[in-house]
Amino acid sequence: MYEGAVQDLIDELGRLPGVGPKSAQRIAFHLLQTENTDAQRLADAITTVKATIRFCTRCWNIAEAEECRICRDTRRDGSVLCVVEEPRDVVAIERTREFQGRYHVLGGAISPIDGIGPDDLHLKELVARLDAEPVDELILAMNPNVEGEATASYLSRLLAPLGVRVTRLASGLPVGGDLDYADEVTLGRAFSGRRDIP
Amino acid sequence: MRLRRLELADIRSYDRVAVDLGPGVTILVGQNAQGKTNLLEAVQRAATGSSHRVAGDGPLVRFGTEIGIIRCEVVTDEGRRRTLDLEIGTGRRTRTRVDGQDVQRAAQAAGVLRVVLFAPEDVAIVRGDPSERRRFLDDVLAQRRPAFAAARSEHDRALRQRNQLLKQIRGLTGSSRDAAMSSLDVWTEQLITHGTQIIAARIAAIRTLAGPVDRFYRDLADRPEPIGLTYRCSAGDDVDGRLDPASSGGSTMVPETAPIAQAMRRTFAARQREETARGLTLVGPHRDDLDLTIGELPARGYSSHGEAWSLALALKLATYEVLAEVGDRPIVLLDDVFAELDTTRRQRLAAACAGFDQVLVTAAVEADVPLEGAKIDVELLDGRTRLRPRDLGAPPAATDGSVAS
Ligand SMILES: [Zn+2]
Repeated sequence: MYEGAVQDLIDELGRLPGVGPKSAQRIAFHLLQTENTDAQRLADAITTVKATIRFCTRCWNIAEAEECRICRDTRRDGSVLCVVEEPRDVVAIERTREFQGRYHVLGGAISPIDGIGPDDLHLKELVARLDAEPVDELILAMNPNVEGEATASYLSRLLAPLGVRVTRLASGLPVGGDLDYADEVTLGRAFSGRRDIP
Repeated sequence: MRLRRLELADIRSYDRVAVDLGPGVTILVGQNAQGKTNLLEAVQRAATGSSHRVAGDGPLVRFGTEIGIIRCEVVTDEGRRRTLDLEIGTGRRTRTRVDGQDVQRAAQAAGVLRVVLFAPEDVAIVRGDPSERRRFLDDVLAQRRPAFAAARSEHDRALRQRNQLLKQIRGLTGSSRDAAMSSLDVWTEQLITHGTQIIAARIAAIRTLAGPVDRFYRDLADRPEPIGLTYRCSAGDDVDGRLDPASSGGSTMVPETAPIAQAMRRTFAARQREETARGLTLVGPHRDDLDLTIGELPARGYSSHGEAWSLALALKLATYEVLAEVGDRPIVLLDDVFAELDTTRRQRLAAACAGFDQVLVTAAVEADVPLEGAKIDVELLDGRTRLRPRDLGAPPAATDGSVAS
């Protein structure tokens, strides 16, 4: 254990995803040794992002206003929603230029190991949108791994009684991977070849 | 296929060695604890993605160092040169390169180097826990079909998730329990999806192995009794793992997955109460077993020492045969096994070795190995293993290989 402020910093860093206690210590001591201005810039970046960036109240994508850029864009097709796990998946799909509809970001995938159950995802909000918006088709674009598959199958069961067409991205994506690892061509192909979920 | 050159840097007892290997038999001679097995272990790890001695990669790195390197130069049956490099770090993911290119998943490296290892611990396939036999089958499958390793890791991931959920459910009551239960089904379906693939592949492997195992056992054993291989499935006895010519069409086909999925679904439903009470998944390939019988008797409890060794060896020789059926002929690694065999079985194993492209043998006593071949002396000096190729007056300096990091 270190003196108060240093230990606090190590504890906070250790809470970040992918940062273990050892790395937290290393980053903390790195920060201690860096120039004040550099450390201040990092602190400012964190404060600014928390103050100005929020989640879109409609689709839970990253937004700088009440609603995100895509939800505000009237040229987008509101009858097709692509359901993804994270905002970074929106970026990956936008890169393909294959998709003209709008999104719904769940904020993760079902994963008991990480303590994430269906209630921790933006599912109720999705069901509410289906009531409020003229949606004909939902494309489930979860990651091609077991958590993504489990989430997609939970969703399709949840949505089955609502009578909306539900499709899943075509296979061909690398199994066990993340969407943002897939190259644009593969991901684009997965879109055009999506299949209906019975 | 053939391993033409092996380079190790900071692996187990090796600091830096490089050794060129010829076709046929190479015998690594040295006292115990000099590092012979470490060399075979490194080859096994590069080929199969796991060591026969430890679970993780960490212990492979030489004590006190951070990164170990295993570099294999392979010549395929068609004469193509391929390379397989592993960079193993303590406390991080192992980096694998195939033909100089980084690969994201270990499964992509499967099949570049194919080996069949036989070591004294393999008697546990006959006499040990079911997990030993599952691992035997899965190792065969991972090398026979590269996609299998990926299916296995998907299944293991889904299994960990479902077990975690069952543990959570066990501690919950009322509406929060209902909420957690609502997602149990999707994990059950995930396990069924991946589990049926694994079960079907294992049954197919058993059907393929059955003939060769029986034949090799009759060659090796003193009393040539028939060997039976049966898949014992936790989803119920109606998942047919017997070599029944009527149901399998007399062939070595992969069974239909739909009936296996049905049996799993039924058994999951029947055991759900027990599963939530114990917080544990009780159905699936991780609970299955391969029943081995010699004559009428289960080999696990009733085999003599000689019978158990003969059967373990027969399983390994059969593995060589079924791997060689699809793709390159594997390299055979025999780790200290001749010392464990009586004279008759030594001769029979030696006869089998004559048919293999490349065999790497370790032995403490040279006279135990009735084989002709290149010899390399293995010796631990100042805590580091040295290799000294013995033939043709070659300089004893092939130990200071160039291993760039
Ligand atoms: Zn939005």
